Amino acid sequence: MNNQSSVPAKPTALLLKFLGSMNLAITLLVALSIAAIIGTVLQQNQPYTDYIIKFGPFWFEVFQALALYDVYSSSWFLLILFFLVISTSTCIYRNTPTMLREMREYKQNIQLKTLQNYSNSDSWQLSCSMAEAQDVVQKLLPHNGYSARLKEQSGHTLVSGMKGGGSRLGYIFTHLSIVLICLGGLIDGNAILKAREMLGHIVPETRNLPANEVPSISHLSASNPSFRGSVSVPEGSRTDVTFINYRDGYLVQNLPFSIEVKDFRIEHYRSGQPKSFESDLVVHDERLAEPLKQTISVNHPLIYDGYAIYQASFSDGGSEVNFLAWPLSGGGEQATLVNTKVGEGLKMTSFEQPWVLETSNFRLFNINPSEDPAKKFKNIGPSVQFKMRNKLGEAKEYLNYMLPVEREGAYYYLSGMRASPADEFKYLYIPVDEAGGIERFMRYLNALSDASLIRQIVAKQGLTSSPLPLQESAQLNEAMVLLAGVFVEKGMQGVVEQVEENVPLEKRDEVAKLYVRVLQQLLAAVYVEVLAEEGVDVSLGIDEKRAVFFDAAAAAIGAIGRYGSPVYLQLTNFKHHQASGLQIARAPGKNLVYPGCGLLVLGVFLMFYAPQRRIWAWLEPTEQGVKLLLAGHASKNKMDFAKQYQQLRDQVDRVLTS
Amino acid sequence: MNSTQTALQFELDRRSFWKSLSLFDWFWGLLVMLATAYGYTRYAELMDVYEELILVATGASLIALGWHWKAVRLLSLAVFLLSIFGISRYVNGLVDAQTDFFLKFLVSSQSAIMWMSALYVLATVTYFASFVARAEFVAKVASAMTWSATTMGLVGLMVRWRESYIIGLDVGHIPVSNLYEVFILFSIITALLYLFYERRYQTRVLGGFVLLVISAAVAFLLWYAFDRNAADIQPLVPALKSYWMKIHVPANFIGYGAFALAAMVATAYLIRQKAERGAANGLAMTLPELEILGDLMYKSIALGFAFFTLATILGALWAAEAWGGYWSWDPKETWALIVWLNYAAWLHMRLSMGWRGSPMAWWAIIGLFVTLFAFLGVNMFLSGLHSYGEL
Repeated sequence: MNNQSSVPAKPTALLLKFLGSMNLAITLLVALSIAAIIGTVLQQNQPYTDYIIKFGPFWFEVFQALALYDVYSSSWFLLILFFLVISTSTCIYRNTPTMLREMREYKQNIQLKTLQNYSNSDSWQLSCSMAEAQDVVQKLLPHNGYSARLKEQSGHTLVSGMKGGGSRLGYIFTHLSIVLICLGGLIDGNAILKAREMLGHIVPETRNLPANEVPSISHLSASNPSFRGSVSVPEGSRTDVTFINYRDGYLVQNLPFSIEVKDFRIEHYRSGQPKSFESDLVVHDERLAEPLKQTISVNHPLIYDGYAIYQASFSDGGSEVNFLAWPLSGGGEQATLVNTKVGEGLKMTSFEQPWVLETSNFRLFNINPSEDPAKKFKNIGPSVQFKMRNKLGEAKEYLNYMLPVEREGAYYYLSGMRASPADEFKYLYIPVDEAGGIERFMRYLNALSDASLIRQIVAKQGLTSSPLPLQESAQLNEAMVLLAGVFVEKGMQGVVEQVEENVPLEKRDEVAKLYVRVLQQLLAAVYVEVLAEEGVDVSLGIDEKRAVFFDAAAAAIGAIGRYGSPVYLQLTNFKHHQASGLQIARAPGKNLVYPGCGLLVLGVFLMFYAPQRRIWAWLEPTEQGVKLLLAGHASKNKMDFAKQYQQLRDQVDRVLTS
Repeated sequence: MNSTQTALQFELDRRSFWKSLSLFDWFWGLLVMLATAYGYTRYAELMDVYEELILVATGASLIALGWHWKAVRLLSLAVFLLSIFGISRYVNGLVDAQTDFFLKFLVSSQSAIMWMSALYVLATVTYFASFVARAEFVAKVASAMTWSATTMGLVGLMVRWRESYIIGLDVGHIPVSNLYEVFILFSIITALLYLFYERRYQTRVLGGFVLLVISAAVAFLLWYAFDRNAADIQPLVPALKSYWMKIHVPANFIGYGAFALAAMVATAYLIRQKAERGAANGLAMTLPELEILGDLMYKSIALGFAFFTLATILGALWAAEAWGGYWSWDPKETWALIVWLNYAAWLHMRLSMGWRGSPMAWWAIIGLFVTLFAFLGVNMFLSGLHSYGEL
């Protein structure tokens, strides 16, 4: 230590002192904590569009400049880690020699005055012989866990005891482990990729392309030593690449072997929740005599040639789905069969308009919380998710369930619709008739678009309240047909709009009320007619079930205007193909990290539970016998040591003064 | 042999650890070994090699713990007897919990946990009463309540373990898998740590302070059970089906419990310090001396830190097997790191810089809030891979 102000300190010595200082270490630990917190409150590695929506264009740019979207790989975070490694290394460099020396040193040249000045110090004047006193001390010290060394000097003998040298080793272990862990973590992290990107060697791909169409600048060769990627492999197919999510896009990581998923299985608990999922893999590698077969599941990855292949997730692998397309605009068209596959876009024509059906997902199970108190969850069966894109390229997304779902005692086919991914699905409830199908609903829908039928019904039932002259009666009939058409096309909203467009302001309220009343009567009348055609006896009115059906059907038809698709696609059949979601990782840094972790745990326990303590016994022969001075010292845990020293002292006392 | 030799021999014999073990120690040790062997042979097909290792290590650790802290022997026997009794009452399946008297009111897992909760809260009140009244007997009653509560809590967890298997062989699992179960574990471990130090430092005065945090945990788990039906046993999601859960979770809670204890001792430290700077008389002066409180804080944080380091490393090793890598900067992992860094800094200041006093006490209290956020806040407010205990 340079205490003399007249001697200037060397720059290297000052630098070492700063780098190894406790203040720097603590500052770095705190800085690291605060930096780490940022990454937890700001969701990391999301697509950039999400951030722009969340923060607005200005703050998006600010956060991007600070690299907050990928904090843990940002240059300033890595700088903090770098300094932590330097600081720790300096500590190790400066302190290890001292530590090692302290561990082995018995301090056999300590002075009597020093011993007398220790707070744990006692002396006796004994009448026994030197040999006896020495023997006692040399037996009691090991008994209390101290290893002892004897040194005979002129005029006195000193027995020096020491225990707990392990704590010094613990210091070295803990600090060395930090360096190892940080280095290993650096190798396995994103930093190398970032460096390569900065040098222009790689560019992430942002478009949705199959792997073989991605340009080579977004490919990583099989010699890349560390990465973490994921890939979805349909049953029966294989992959020789994996995809690494990188900033706002991805990179394609080539593998030196190919992985085939022979079979994928999910097991479920009785409640319907997934219990386990596993894949039967076959690894095809030229270097192998024959392909390697292994089943992997969550918590049981396949380790092959330094690559770890994990069962991470699962998804649809191109299930085949069969639909019945029911036209929703009436006109009497029949339902047509539509067959497609998940992941395909199918061109179809409906009502002379071109549409594209993009099927995006199929789920075999849909587990929802159940209202039934006996069961917590209920499986409502398969569902299919798709988009219908019109000729302008706009699309709405749909979620159709294959099986009818119960609500308040009646059954409905559910079809969810949303105009954008950010919205919740809104559901169309199509009521199910007694035969278990939607034929009655479709007949009803067609009937409402059947002009001649409506004219018949209007004429038959005399829906206007007062008899009118023939011409106006005819006009009213046409108006009814028109009204029904508007209702089918655009729902009640359409009827209201019709009123607003065609009726002067003063009469709107009155006309609207009239239209609504008449429409409701019309709807009911058409319904009764449909039932009668079926052969149902309607002479005594309609029973409750059929009344509920009517309400639901009217509501559904009213909603069709907003449905956005010309057809309702009823899922009738499917062939389920699954895809296994694999995560493939290579992490050579773990060869540094794991031993580092072991060292860390060992070191921490050693530091706390093997603190270094020293005991000395100074024996001097006197005329009466022996003068014994016992003293002890511990740099840490002084309170505990004081108690231990007392115990040893009492033992010595009991033995030698008996 | 002269008298010195005799006396020496006497000392050497007296202090020998192995010679100091009583007949009861050996008997109890044998019981634990027999129980371990029974578990091993009976359930060997259900366990993989790691779980068998964990079973044997648990048996050995229990014996070591019981021989060093004698109270553990009686605790383990009581837990064993009550748990076996409870399990034996399940004859017809889980319905017995509604009809059998003993299950309904005493030893079904929920009943035992209710007893645990009531006793911890009572113990808190009793400790404070003894503190105010300066009554040693009342303090002993409070200690007894804490021991009883801990016994019932452990019985609750043991019986719950069995109940999960009664639901189904594939549903059964050690009850440390969700927020409800770990809150019970937290209460038990914190209480055990407190009882250990209560004996070590020979003082019951800190009981109320530490039991306060346990009562808060109890209040939370009661709300969670009644408001969110958290007590229902759920099967494990695939990622949790691993032997790692048996070691990572308990190690973590030894850490959390020790940090909570340190924070409450720090509170007592500040109270006493304030009293000393003031009139230096009154109730606060019955608290142990500042040096002792400071030492207890350090010991507790050291123990917590050692186990927390172990737990975080075990978590990383588990992640490497389940999630594709030992570190993903997931919010839970990151906050575990932040807790670790916080207490590492605390220990550096104490051990290397020799800091003592109220700044360290305040720091220990703040450390508890950091720990709480890592424990609960991450699940409540942030999303990530670790959301097994959502609210």
